[in-house]
Amino acid sequence: MRKNLDGPLENPERETETTDVGTWRVKVGLAEMLKGGVIMDVVSAEQAKIAEKAGAVAVMALERVPADIRAHGGVARMADPEIILAVKDAVTIPVMAKCRIGHFAEAEVLQALEVDYVDESEVLSPADAEHHVSKHGFKVPFVCGARNLGEALRRIAEGAALIRTKGEAGTGDVIEAVRHMRAIVSEISRVASAREDELMAIAKEMSAPYEMVSLVFHEGRLPVPNFSAGGIATPADAALMMKLGAETVFVGSGIFKSADPQPRADAIVEAVAHYNDPTVVARVSRNLGEPMVGRAVAELKEEELLAPRGW
Amino acid sequence: MAVSSGVLALQGDFQKHVSALEACGVRAREVRTPGELEACGRLIIPGGESTTLGILLQKSGLDKAICGRAEQGMPVWGTCMGLILMAREIEGGDQFRLGLLDITVDRNAFGPQVNSFEADVQIKGLDEPFHAVFIRSPAVTRLGEGVEALAGVCRKVVAVRQGSLLGTAFHPELTCDRRMHAMFLEMPTDDRR
Repeated sequence: MRKNLDGPLENPERETETTDVGTWRVKVGLAEMLKGGVIMDVVSAEQAKIAEKAGAVAVMALERVPADIRAHGGVARMADPEIILAVKDAVTIPVMAKCRIGHFAEAEVLQALEVDYVDESEVLSPADAEHHVSKHGFKVPFVCGARNLGEALRRIAEGAALIRTKGEAGTGDVIEAVRHMRAIVSEISRVASAREDELMAIAKEMSAPYEMVSLVFHEGRLPVPNFSAGGIATPADAALMMKLGAETVFVGSGIFKSADPQPRADAIVEAVAHYNDPTVVARVSRNLGEPMVGRAVAELKEEELLAPRGW
Repeated sequence: MAVSSGVLALQGDFQKHVSALEACGVRAREVRTPGELEACGRLIIPGGESTTLGILLQKSGLDKAICGRAEQGMPVWGTCMGLILMAREIEGGDQFRLGLLDITVDRNAFGPQVNSFEADVQIKGLDEPFHAVFIRSPAVTRLGEGVEALAGVCRKVVAVRQGSLLGTAFHPELTCDRRMHAMFLEMPTDDRR
C-alpha cells in the first residue's frame, strides 16, 4: 500500500504510534460529520446502494422499516446480522443498526459487527421496562430518541452521543416530529434564559441530571447534535424539520414505502442541503410520484404509539 | 476590504470551521452556491460524507467553480472528507472528486467508527504536537511531485501541502487548538481578491 512516501515517515520524531480509541470526542465527532444530511432506513444491500447513490450520509440497516413493523405486529427485535453485514459490504458510508431499549446484549452484538452507530430505538419492542443501556462503556457511539429536553438529557447522561427527536415512526405524519423538536428547542431556550439559582428546580421538574441542565444553561444548546426522525415523508417535511432546529433528518419508511424511492431519496437530500432556499425545495418536489400512504397519528390507538416507549 | 474565508456548507461539520475561523478573528462565510464562493478569498472543505458532497457539488455547479478558483491560486484546505474530495485518486473507487491534490487516498484507512481515535501528532511547521481527532479517517498512500507530507500517524501520512492547497485527515475544527487554521490563513489569497 505504501508508495513513494517521504517526509514525516522517514523521520521517526514525526511519527505518532499511540492512539486513544472510542473516546467521547470521536463518538460525538461522527455525529458532527453527519450534519446537514439524510440518514435512510434500508432493509437490503440493494436499497443501501440506492440510498448511497442518492447521497445519504448514512444508512440504518433493518429487517423491516417502521411502517412494516407496525403492520407486522408482534415483537420487533435487532435485525439479523446477515442483513447488517450485507449492507456494510454494499456501501462505504456509515452503517447504523437498532437494538431494543435496554438490550445491552444486542448492543454488544452490534458493536462486534462493527456498525458505526447503534440506535437504541423505541421502534423495536423494549427489552427493559425501566433501564436503558449504559452506553459509556461501549466503543461504538449510540443515538437515542427523545420527546423533550429531560428525556434527551437522561439519554446523554447514560452516554448517548447523538439525540434524535422521536416523532411517530412509520406513520408518514410529521406532527409528532414537529411537536418533539419544538419542545426540545423551547425548553433549551427556557433553561438558557433562566437564573442560575433556578437550575435545580428545573432539573427536578424535567427529571434530568443537574449537571446536564447546567451544561445547557452555559452552552445554550444540547451537549450533542440533535437530529430529527419519525414521520418525515417529503422534501418539504425535511426542510421543515431543518428550519425548526434539526441538524440532520432520519427518513425511515418515507423513502422505500413510496412509489418511486430513488427520485424521492435524491430530492430529500437536496432539500436538506438547501433547506433555506424554497426555490430549491420547490424544484426537487416536482413529479416525485406517490409518497408513502401513511397513517394519521390522531387516528392511532394509544397502544399503537411508539414514542411513549423509553423512560 | 476584509476578504471572507469560505466554508463549504452543503453538508458536514461546517459550523465548527466557521466558529474556528471567527475565533481567529476573520470573517467566515457559508458557501452553498458558486455566487457565494465569488465573495471568498479562500475555502475550507469540512468533514462530512464524500459521496454525499460529490453529488451536491455537481448539482450546485460548485465543483467547476472551486476547481477554477483553485487553478488561479485560491487557497483550499480539506479536512477528512475535504482531503478525500481534493485527491486526484481514491483507492478502489471511481467516486467523484475535485482532483486538486496530486495524491492517492485510502478512504477508510483506519477502519470503521470503533477504530476512530485521538492522538498527539507532530506537524511540520508547528513546534509543539497537535492533538488530532481522527473519525473514520482517510490516509494518503501516494504523494505526487511537489506534494509535501506534513504529518504521519501509525506509518500513514495524514497531512499534506501542495502550494496553496492543504489537506488533513484529522479534524482541527473539533478541538480548541487554532494553529492549523492559523497556518491556512497565512497562505496568500489569489490575485482577484
